[in-house]
Amino acid sequence: MNPVATPFFFYALSGVAVLSAIAVIMRRNPVHSAIALIFTLLSLAGLYLMLYAPFVAGVQIILYVGGIVVLFLFVIMLINIDRMEREYQFNKQWLVGLVAAAVLGALFVAVYVKGQSIFPHNAVRFPEELNTQQVGKMLYVDYLLPFEIASLLLLVAIVGAVVMAKKRI
Amino acid sequence: MNDFLNYLNSNLTPGQAGAYLWVVIYILIIFAAVSAAVIAMNWLERKILAHMQVRLGPMRVGPHGLLQPFADALKLLLKEDIIPEGADKLVFWMAPVVVVITAFTTYIVIPFGPTHAVTDMNIGILFMLGVASLGTLGIIMAGWASNSHYPLLGSLRSSAQMVSYEVAMGMAVVSAVLMTSLSGTGPYGIGSASGAVGTLSMIEIVKAQADQHVWFVFKFFPLGFAAFGIFAIAMVAETNRAPFDLPEAESELTAGFHTEYSGFRWSLFFLAEYAAMIAVSAIAVALWLGGWLRPFPHWLSGDAWDTAFSFFPALTFFILAGMTLRTTIRMPKHPYFKIQKTGLGVFGLALGGIGLVLLVPPVRDRIQDIYWFSIKVAAFMYLYIWYRGTFPRYRFDQLMKLGWKFMIPAGIGVLIVTALVGVL
Amino acid sequence: MEITTLHYLVVAAALFIIGTIGVLTRRNVVIILMSIELILNAVNLNLVAFSRLYGLHGQVFSIFVITDAAAEAAVGLGILIAFFRNKETINADEIDLLKF
Repeated sequence: MNPVATPFFFYALSGVAVLSAIAVIMRRNPVHSAIALIFTLLSLAGLYLMLYAPFVAGVQIILYVGGIVVLFLFVIMLINIDRMEREYQFNKQWLVGLVAAAVLGALFVAVYVKGQSIFPHNAVRFPEELNTQQVGKMLYVDYLLPFEIASLLLLVAIVGAVVMAKKRI
Repeated sequence: MNDFLNYLNSNLTPGQAGAYLWVVIYILIIFAAVSAAVIAMNWLERKILAHMQVRLGPMRVGPHGLLQPFADALKLLLKEDIIPEGADKLVFWMAPVVVVITAFTTYIVIPFGPTHAVTDMNIGILFMLGVASLGTLGIIMAGWASNSHYPLLGSLRSSAQMVSYEVAMGMAVVSAVLMTSLSGTGPYGIGSASGAVGTLSMIEIVKAQADQHVWFVFKFFPLGFAAFGIFAIAMVAETNRAPFDLPEAESELTAGFHTEYSGFRWSLFFLAEYAAMIAVSAIAVALWLGGWLRPFPHWLSGDAWDTAFSFFPALTFFILAGMTLRTTIRMPKHPYFKIQKTGLGVFGLALGGIGLVLLVPPVRDRIQDIYWFSIKVAAFMYLYIWYRGTFPRYRFDQLMKLGWKFMIPAGIGVLIVTALVGVL
Repeated sequence: MEITTLHYLVVAAALFIIGTIGVLTRRNVVIILMSIELILNAVNLNLVAFSRLYGLHGQVFSIFVITDAAAEAAVGLGILIAFFRNKETINADEIDLLKF
């Protein structure tokens, strides 16, 4: 199946992603930031689909949007303080932060301009029908140890989060 | 134009064939059909619940209350649109939109037939679970934006419940997907042939059931049945229906997260809830009950049996038409009832007419897959209404205890035992 | 104009810079955590963009990144809730005591 209207979808999705990311860091109300984060994550899932990675897109929607952002919203509602929205939102060292980010941006620009020759223009296209099966095989054959370690890490995170959020241990 | 009609000869879904105009047509058909199904569910639920509680239900609006859903829809459209005073207007507006969009997006991959899906993504079931989990966000936004404590509590409880039972649903779904690859044709009869792999695509899962000549609910009995049972219970909890409807029951939290929504916005929540019910029932039917396959496709095979089973759609409509016409005859013979009698008679004759159309051979062959799928989903809808009329409500801590301490370990257990049995 | 890998890398770099600005400038700890999620997503986009050229390893690693982001968000928010119970604030510059 041939891709259709690729530049349009790429510019639309990446535009939504970047604008929503700016909204995440600029909004006063944390719930509005969380909703902007949802838009960013969903448009990134669309970008993954354009990069022929449907399994990663599915995992992103289930875990990130359906799990992590829900967790953020729960915590925002639990510790919502109205006076926080009327205070000044940016801290004292905002100028240093902006300068640091600008230097980082300049670094990115320098690397990408100098290294343009290593990004080939004709990208290899993997067959999309067996993507899940191949990722699954790779997870269980090449990356078995990291897989088990990740499950252990999740167990530790669950126990730690429950212990820390309890009222009395 | 030729390209447009050429698609009908190919045996791919429109998304795979790249026929985008047909994709739009399928989406419009699904939208219309789901809306009609929700309207029918409204009437059916009130009538069936009423008959279970030995009363009659709506009888006045149309003949036997058949026009009640339309009256309800009209009333909701004309109601005043109230927004609470301190409510966050943007989030308040967006919440019903998010819930409806996620409920309807799941219909893209539902397999009504081997080529009758909008598209056949190779991550079909993963996509459906993911989009179903997006509905939780809409409910949280609705509760928070209402600026009132009943909706906030209701939405937090409701989303906590939905998130918990999503995990149980995921476990049950994974064990069904596992069964697609355990076809018993591999070396020494273990597992599957070396080339056959499991699949997440909904159409391929139903085709795997056809190839293995067994519905997954009966495979490795009782494991398939246990997985199906876990999914059936988790899907009722996922859609906030009785007996898990504490967050939105009227006597508990004054309608929970949609308390402050009136008129058209409430009807969007209602539409989304019933559409989500039909969608998760469609997942259960496709994964365990053989999707579009007729009963006993392998034992009772052959042209004679195929033709015998192909009369079922017409038979269903004839039975419905017969019931309607019998009710028409038994209506009171009073001039006040003349309009209702004629209306009901026309409705009965229309049902009979549809039954006659379904007897025509070309239509009869094409309607088979869609009919069997719809009948199974309709059986699930009846189960939903039956649960609502029969079971008392779960208290919230009992609900969460059931989800985390029983459903998830049971799901993991079924998955492990299925894997073991499949490899042996 | 054909969309090359460089286009995706530029989008990822933009998201990374926006996330960094969020981490360094905002006072609200929840927004800081959300900006960290933005940074992780930018890294994911980079990984998946390169996996189109060099094999599926990028996609597998991005799944691990998503898993770790979930664990880290849970623990971070747990710490925040525990802290909020002691001192009623979630501003990063008011969390400045070593002992209550």
